[in-house]
Amino acid sequence: MMGGRWGEGLRELRRYPSALMGLAIIAALVAISFYTVVAIPYSEALAQWRGGEVWQRNPVNAAPVWLDRLAGGGAPRTQVVTSAEAEVEESAFTGGRRLRIPLAFDYEAEQFPSELTLFLHARGHDQRPFVRLLWQTPDGREVPLGGYRIGAEERISLSQDRALERRLGGLVPHIGLLAEPGMTAERAAEAAPSVLPGRYTLLMDVLLFDEAARVDAELVLYGRVHGLAGTDHQRRDLSLALLWGTPVALAFGLLAAVGTTVTTLVIAAVGVWYRGWVDATIQRLTEVNMILPILPILVMVGTLYSTSIWLMLGVVVVLGIFSASIKMYRAMLLPIREAPYIEAARAYGASNARIVLRYLIPRILPVLIPTFVTLIPTFVFLEASLAVLGLGDPLLPTWGKVLNDAQSQSALYNGYYYWVVSPAVLLMLTGLGFAMLGFALDRVFNPRLRSL
Amino acid sequence: MSRKSGASAIQRPARRGRLRDLRRLLAYTLKRLLALFVTVLVGVYLTIVIANMGGQVDELRRVQIRSEAAEAVRADPAFQDMPAEERNALIERQVALEVERLRLDEPFAVRSVDYLQQAMRLDLGRAEQMHSDRGSRAVYDIIVERLPATLLLFGTANLLVFFTSVFVALWLSRRYGSALDRSVVALAPTSAAPGWFYGIFLILVFAFVTPLLPPGGMVAVPPPEASWEYAASVARHMLLPVAAMFLSQIFISIYSWRTFFLIHSSEDYVEMARAKGLPSHTIERRYILRPTLSPIVTSFLLMLIGLWSGAIILEQVFNWPGLGSLLFRAIGYRDTPVIIGAVVIFAYLLAATVFVLDILYALLDPRVRLEGGPS
Repeated sequence: MMGGRWGEGLRELRRYPSALMGLAIIAALVAISFYTVVAIPYSEALAQWRGGEVWQRNPVNAAPVWLDRLAGGGAPRTQVVTSAEAEVEESAFTGGRRLRIPLAFDYEAEQFPSELTLFLHARGHDQRPFVRLLWQTPDGREVPLGGYRIGAEERISLSQDRALERRLGGLVPHIGLLAEPGMTAERAAEAAPSVLPGRYTLLMDVLLFDEAARVDAELVLYGRVHGLAGTDHQRRDLSLALLWGTPVALAFGLLAAVGTTVTTLVIAAVGVWYRGWVDATIQRLTEVNMILPILPILVMVGTLYSTSIWLMLGVVVVLGIFSASIKMYRAMLLPIREAPYIEAARAYGASNARIVLRYLIPRILPVLIPTFVTLIPTFVFLEASLAVLGLGDPLLPTWGKVLNDAQSQSALYNGYYYWVVSPAVLLMLTGLGFAMLGFALDRVFNPRLRSL
Repeated sequence: MSRKSGASAIQRPARRGRLRDLRRLLAYTLKRLLALFVTVLVGVYLTIVIANMGGQVDELRRVQIRSEAAEAVRADPAFQDMPAEERNALIERQVALEVERLRLDEPFAVRSVDYLQQAMRLDLGRAEQMHSDRGSRAVYDIIVERLPATLLLFGTANLLVFFTSVFVALWLSRRYGSALDRSVVALAPTSAAPGWFYGIFLILVFAFVTPLLPPGGMVAVPPPEASWEYAASVARHMLLPVAAMFLSQIFISIYSWRTFFLIHSSEDYVEMARAKGLPSHTIERRYILRPTLSPIVTSFLLMLIGLWSGAIILEQVFNWPGLGSLLFRAIGYRDTPVIIGAVVIFAYLLAATVFVLDILYALLDPRVRLEGGPS
């Protein structure tokens, strides 16, 4: 009988386009979650999100690529020029070698890069090598960039070279070095400097005091766009957080919803079945719980103990056990208690536990399903709310934490709208997906609404 | 049943019936009062324990007192050339004084009971770290200072949502199945997102993409002198948060009231009234609104309570100087008297509301009176 009712309900669900759309959204989110968990293992995601070395080749606060496409394009992507591809001229002298490494590249984008950095790797040298840099533009100008004594891992931030900036007429190096000739800061104030397209070369003149050890160089012209989701202030690729945020959000929402509804339902059923002091205790506990404000308690737990997402989940479930919905379930269960089939069960000698679990609870499950589905987004947003308050999980990347980062870096004020919009859209999609399905289910399974 | 016997011709049993009703109502009231009092007591005690981490906050506080005292002594030029032992003794003395002032030398169990009875007497005490903008350390002053801002913002938004949704829902339930009705049903799922979430979008669009309205705060800086200019500035700052709350609640609210009214307007007695040919506004007032009055009153009262607690995140997002952000700051400072004060007042208000509702139900609903109330 039960199976027939479920099947009928599902068949009826097909009549609601909103339910199908909600299902499609949920299916897409679940698919993303599976892909993410398989493609980026948990430990790797945590390690990467901690930041540092991994993201060194990413620009800071770059917009997503698609955003640039929508705006007409022209923003450069990150370009990496390595010495491995360059034709190196080598000449020996007593006590060392001299290398001429031309790092040549074509620059065609309409906008300037966001940063210019030279990474040098010189391992295994007894005496530190010396390098002299020369910038050659397509129209034949040459700008000396100075000399450096380099260590094993050297990072030369050309963009932050103040002396070079002064020599370029007050223009930041990543603009000045690539701009059309004759451009200075005063003139840039009147008309924005434009890129001189063509083939640039960074000529490296390296003196090595070692017979065998190598020098490798990478010139990184950081772009203004990056990947599908852009990057944040720590150069981290936001797509990692957006991807990993999906399984975290779904798991949190689902577990919290299951945890609270199932325990609440069982407790309500137990109270109704046993009556007397059991019921009275449950009722009083529910009233106490109504007085406790849930969000402040979560904030307290987060500030005082730990912000681990699993602890938060536990607290949410514990606080949700004696929630106000106990009263609702109780009202539904009370008439069922007196139903003839329960009496029949008692007559054949069914135990109390059997009656509660097998006869009382299954009867109101259909009515519960919609509530359960609409409850999921509430918890997804609760997690995001906590993260926005700065109480997100310390390790896991989640949507709420991206929003919190954006907020603390004044993303809106600085115009990095993508930083706020993409996690917000994902949150909204999750909310809408479950809510649309839940509302349709409500109309299918709730007998009083069926005719409406 | 007492009604039935009381209705039998003679007046005396009727009066006796009413007396019995009154006695029952009184007993019921007392029972409810006692239950609610115990409820508040337990709830407040739990909050005290949680806010003190079961006494663990004391350790943190002691460490903080020590470092502050050491810092103060070290920074004071008057103690510069004091020998080390003497300086340490001085630090110890100051720590002991502060520990005694905060009564950290007593066990937490003793203090928690003390806190509880103070809280129940609404003696909210003094804050440990925070002070009101006027400089008062009394928790009462701190809370009262923030109250108007929260009441103004959330009162406006919730009253707007409540009355708009009830009236629109009543109107829609008459036009059941129309395009407008269907679109409200379709839009109801958008309420899955909370107010602060819409707030972010509204700030993005109306404060940054098209800078029409301020992104946060309550009044322009510096505050305008003239009172009407001040009010105008506050109104401008309120527009976005109120819109955010309105957007996030209005559709679900209309949807649920509409469903509620539809269920009640398909009752037999309404059909009957319709069949009698009564005008639709009479049906609405007498046959739909009156029996649904108690749920409407309930949700109105509960909404009034909800007002008081404000919303931590919405206030944070809009930088609104209300109770929510006060509570958030208090938790950050581990200023337990302020946290407990806020929760105590909330608990009392909620208990008072539940009590009023209980009495109202007992008066409105004869079933409650007869069975001794919903236990």
